[in-house]
Amino acid sequence: MLIIDWKPRFDGGVPARQSGRMGRKDRPIERPAVQADPIFAPTVDRLKATLGVDRGMLLPWLHAVQAEFGYIDDRIVPVVADALNLSRADVHGVVTFYHDFRRQPAGRHVVRLCRAESCQARGGKAIERAAVQKLGVAMGNTRADGQVSLEPVYCLGLCATGPNALVDGMPVSRIDAARLDRLIDQVNA
Amino acid sequence: MTRVFISRDMASVALGADEVARAFVDAGVEVVRTGSRGLFRIEPLVEVEVPDGRTGYGPVGPEDVSAVLAGTHPNRLGDVEAMPFFVGQQRFTFARCGVIDPLDMDAYAAQGGWVGLDAARAMVPAEVVAVVRDSGLRGRGGAGFPTGIKWQTVLAAPGPEKFIVCNADEGDSGTFADRLLMEGDPFCLIEGMAIAGHAVGADYGYVYIRSEYPFAVATMRDAISRSADRVAPFRLEVRVGAGAYVCGEETALLDSIEGRRGQVRAKPPLPAIKGLFGKPTVINNVLSLAAAPFILSHGASAYADVGFGRSRGTMPIQIAGNVRNGGLYEVGFGVTLGELVNGIGGGTESGRPVRAVQVGGPLGAYFPPSMFHLPFDYEAFAAAGGLIGHAGLTVFDDTVDMAGMARFAMEFCAAESCGKCTPCRIGSTRGVETVDRIIAGDRIDENLEILRDLCDTMKFGSLCALGGFTPYPVLSALEHFPEDFGGVSAFATAAE
Repeated sequence: MLIIDWKPRFDGGVPARQSGRMGRKDRPIERPAVQADPIFAPTVDRLKATLGVDRGMLLPWLHAVQAEFGYIDDRIVPVVADALNLSRADVHGVVTFYHDFRRQPAGRHVVRLCRAESCQARGGKAIERAAVQKLGVAMGNTRADGQVSLEPVYCLGLCATGPNALVDGMPVSRIDAARLDRLIDQVNA
Repeated sequence: MTRVFISRDMASVALGADEVARAFVDAGVEVVRTGSRGLFRIEPLVEVEVPDGRTGYGPVGPEDVSAVLAGTHPNRLGDVEAMPFFVGQQRFTFARCGVIDPLDMDAYAAQGGWVGLDAARAMVPAEVVAVVRDSGLRGRGGAGFPTGIKWQTVLAAPGPEKFIVCNADEGDSGTFADRLLMEGDPFCLIEGMAIAGHAVGADYGYVYIRSEYPFAVATMRDAISRSADRVAPFRLEVRVGAGAYVCGEETALLDSIEGRRGQVRAKPPLPAIKGLFGKPTVINNVLSLAAAPFILSHGASAYADVGFGRSRGTMPIQIAGNVRNGGLYEVGFGVTLGELVNGIGGGTESGRPVRAVQVGGPLGAYFPPSMFHLPFDYEAFAAAGGLIGHAGLTVFDDTVDMAGMARFAMEFCAAESCGKCTPCRIGSTRGVETVDRIIAGDRIDENLEILRDLCDTMKFGSLCALGGFTPYPVLSALEHFPEDFGGVSAFATAAE
């Protein structure tokens, strides 16, 4: 018996992409003036000067904001939207779509452990279980003391020498029990 | 003074190349940091300059400086290019990778750099397009669409403003050729993009690199600023992704550059007609663009003479996962899967039998050793229910649980779906649940039938390859490894 017996109908039923459906508009959108939180004002002024407000600059802006504050505070979303002449929904949508953008600060150390197929083929799952247990934090979370965040990453392009991780931005390959212990000492220090 | 060459590639650094390089500098040796030659078993690799070339040692640790300099280190490899892994290769695209300092413009020019760009600029655009078309180059990102025809479409599209976009969002597990090239020979990609710019009448390019590749981002940015005068009036910039796998899909990538959520666009219109910011856009993979300098400098036939069937030229194949000689192997199409895995790859690193090889990343099919006769060719793999994709091979030994891998394929699709089309967004979640029921032994035959039907819906109903190709790993695991899904008898019943 088939429970799923429907077929999707995409034969011409997809509407053409409409220009200006979201994103930068020709004219400023009418909305209340945004009162920039004083802690964000210097950043936004600097980004206006360095990156500019040209089309498509939202991702570089968000990367810069995250590089400066460590995360993207909800309070800066309306300020960025105002500066780039976007709606708050546009900016919120982008911040929440991409896995890299965080809305809360990360731990002091960030361990990004690869979960993709090539690392699985080299024993990645066992390393992940050991890392979760020894670090005392579930995958995708920050430990309660704020010392370390353990995050999944899907492929670092080091696929012949896994299991791999990025520890505070530096790549580590061939992670076995001994190397994992050294990593854990490093992030607990 | 002695000169040594040590890779600064991310994979080499992950294995300790920085510490080794520092030890040599401390010993008063001149160290040249290169890209990686692409055989990771011998990294960190140190090559010592000798009168008739270079003598390699690897792997080497920071404590080995004096033994290497004295020539007594046990891991002496001799001339690295004479090793079996390298002798059989045809390095058209990766000729300089691992040999030169990737940011040394003089070394690049001395090794044949810029010849292709100068040759292209001596021609009218239509001639350049004709050369690329005659070379038989097909898109190396996975779809295998003829590059020359794509360029022709953009050349013919009206408009003063056109773009060249390089897709360097190499998210497939088991692939790293784009990263290796950007870190090891970035000027080659820049030259290829400038050739494409001349061929179609575009003067601006974007390189969209995933954020998981911080070394590639830094190297490309540096190389772009160093070569700005050389490629002018063509200009280009790097854009960094933000951890969304789906942005490797070309239209989602364009949306991401435009500053939106990376959501797939319905086609038509093709990006070649209405692409970035609505303008005609060439969007090509790193390897397609990086093949252009060779084609322009050596001629279309030098490239087209190599290959198999309708797959012309060379393919930088990436051998990864549980394999002894993992790395980059650039060779003409036609080599068999078995040769790659057991011959060149040397079998599994664990020493256990090979059970499955996934070809083409998370959206590629799993093949058992009984299919190792397949020649590496777009059509042959399509006929066998799989795809070449970006030519990454992930080798698994006999400890792999294929039902678990099928579940992972669905789970990955659920996590990375952009959410625009229903078959992918909902289908992947239902797929995880269905595989879970099968693994739990709950009405196996019935759930296998549901899973097949779900895969059928995703394959033909999804907007892009993420939802459309996720069925490949799932169905191939079902077909070739039924014993992992509740037994052969259950499979036989469901297949009727």
